[in-house]
Amino acid sequence: MTQTEALKEYLLRLADSDMILGQRLCELCGKAPALEEEMALMNVALDLVGQARNWYEYAAELIDDGRDADKLAFRRDAHEYRNLLMTEQPNEDYAVTMGRQFFFDVYHYFTLKSLTESSDERIAGIAAKALKEVTYHLRRSSEWVKRFGDGTEESHRRMQDAVDILWRFTGELITPDDTDRVMAEAGIGPDTDQLAKDWRGMVNEVLTQATLTPGAEDAWMYMGGKHGEHTEHLGFILAEMQFLQRAYPDATTW
Amino acid sequence: MYAQLVETGAKRLKTKEEMSPEERDFQEKVDAETKIEPKNWMPEGYRKTLIRQISQHAHSEVVGMLPEGNWVTRAPTLKRKLQLMAKIQDEAGHGLYLYSAMETLGADRDEEIEKLHQGKAKYSSIFNYPTLNWADMGAVGWLVDGAAIVNQVVLQRTSYGPYSRAMIRICKEESFHQRQGYQILLDMMREGTEEQKAMVQDAINRLWWPALMMFGPHDDESPNSQQSMAWKIKRKSNDELRQMFIDQTVPQLEFLGCTAPDPDLKWNEETGHYDFGEINWQEFYDVLKGNGPCNRERIKTRKNAIDEGAWVREAAVAYAEKQKQRAQAA
Repeated sequence: MTQTEALKEYLLRLADSDMILGQRLCELCGKAPALEEEMALMNVALDLVGQARNWYEYAAELIDDGRDADKLAFRRDAHEYRNLLMTEQPNEDYAVTMGRQFFFDVYHYFTLKSLTESSDERIAGIAAKALKEVTYHLRRSSEWVKRFGDGTEESHRRMQDAVDILWRFTGELITPDDTDRVMAEAGIGPDTDQLAKDWRGMVNEVLTQATLTPGAEDAWMYMGGKHGEHTEHLGFILAEMQFLQRAYPDATTW
Repeated sequence: MYAQLVETGAKRLKTKEEMSPEERDFQEKVDAETKIEPKNWMPEGYRKTLIRQISQHAHSEVVGMLPEGNWVTRAPTLKRKLQLMAKIQDEAGHGLYLYSAMETLGADRDEEIEKLHQGKAKYSSIFNYPTLNWADMGAVGWLVDGAAIVNQVVLQRTSYGPYSRAMIRICKEESFHQRQGYQILLDMMREGTEEQKAMVQDAINRLWWPALMMFGPHDDESPNSQQSMAWKIKRKSNDELRQMFIDQTVPQLEFLGCTAPDPDLKWNEETGHYDFGEINWQEFYDVLKGNGPCNRERIKTRKNAIDEGAWVREAAVAYAEKQKQRAQAA
């Protein structure tokens, strides 16, 4: 794999994960447990889709086959999507929504933190702006995980269930593949060992404070999103998200 | 106009002679355009009317997120998606801001929301109509936010200080939403396919009359208007506001190259205003009574969100309590 190929692939992963998680959060519009949460959810979603747009634009320039950011977001099918499986998991209850956010935020935070020092200046620039937003996302989701874990009996049970349900998707966040390694070696992407170490450290710290039990380190992990092998959920997400672009392929402006 | 048919409890206006000294003092302040602030004395009817009006307005912001939420997951481009998300976020913010203004009158947000869920409190009738195609996101911004602005620009001068200040802030954001909405329609009319143009006309056909209904019934059929005007909670009559809206909107409609579903709509040289047809008031009252296309769904969605979120809010309270105890023990 050449470095350029790896870079295109890597950018799509960053973009797609942001996009799909943003889409999941959009589904909650008008359905949050409090008006303050309504604001916060849409705020986080807005950040994520905004970041996705930045990554897509850069990816589109490198791919250079006539597709723009919108085409990459709205005209690729599930097997071409490179998002982490974690991001496509359904909202379920608010503990699952927050657990998914938390596991992703920890990965996202350390990834972006490292990307601010990327040898690729464009990436470093996008990451610097995104890091400010994601620092807030992480603070917020960590706080909710602690509130739920150490709140009421019911919230503790729900949060522990969420950790158990989502645990099998955490491996993909921190298990590097060839693309990740090529990016790390080029000084473009994060040091993969360090990322895994940081992720585990922070997740354990927060879960401990939240009186929750993490899954086993050697638990079976469900992976494949980074290579386009997704859970059944993604097809439905895209069917909804891409509806207009697919139903009206001749429309060039919206 | 996000508050329609607000009850004032008044059958007729009191004369100056009939007023108590406090009432007279209050009315003089209002007449002199001095803002009433939370700590000032105010008639009970004024306080209750304002709570009703501001809570209706707040409920409208929150329920109004739902017809847009219906399309936010299907927005066609990144730009449009981001715009719609930002608009929805603004609306949640307006809701919070208005509930706070309402709480300065001694009302409780949770109690007022409970009234909404029980069907006892109103919100703008417009949000009981479905959003059926993407152009509705443009038409809602243009017509619905447009109608709201006409009313709210006037309400910036409303007599109650916190409400007036809320309106000033909200108007700025809604003008932005309105322009964005119009731009969605304009782009599709100028550069869109035939199918897209048909979407735009369809959206206008469905939302035109409901948008006009947002201003409420004719003034002679609105006993509450007089009292609200005297208190300067309301500053212009329903019919005046509706006419202002029509006059500013029709040229925009023509610029789009679209038509209104009203054969009686035409410019009147003599009056210098547009004439327009009679609103279907039966439909208006039906929707207010709960018989609009989406009344049940809207309330059900809101009620479910709050009911199913009870454990979330309880956890937050329990955790905060534990943290407090720990801090005290340390």
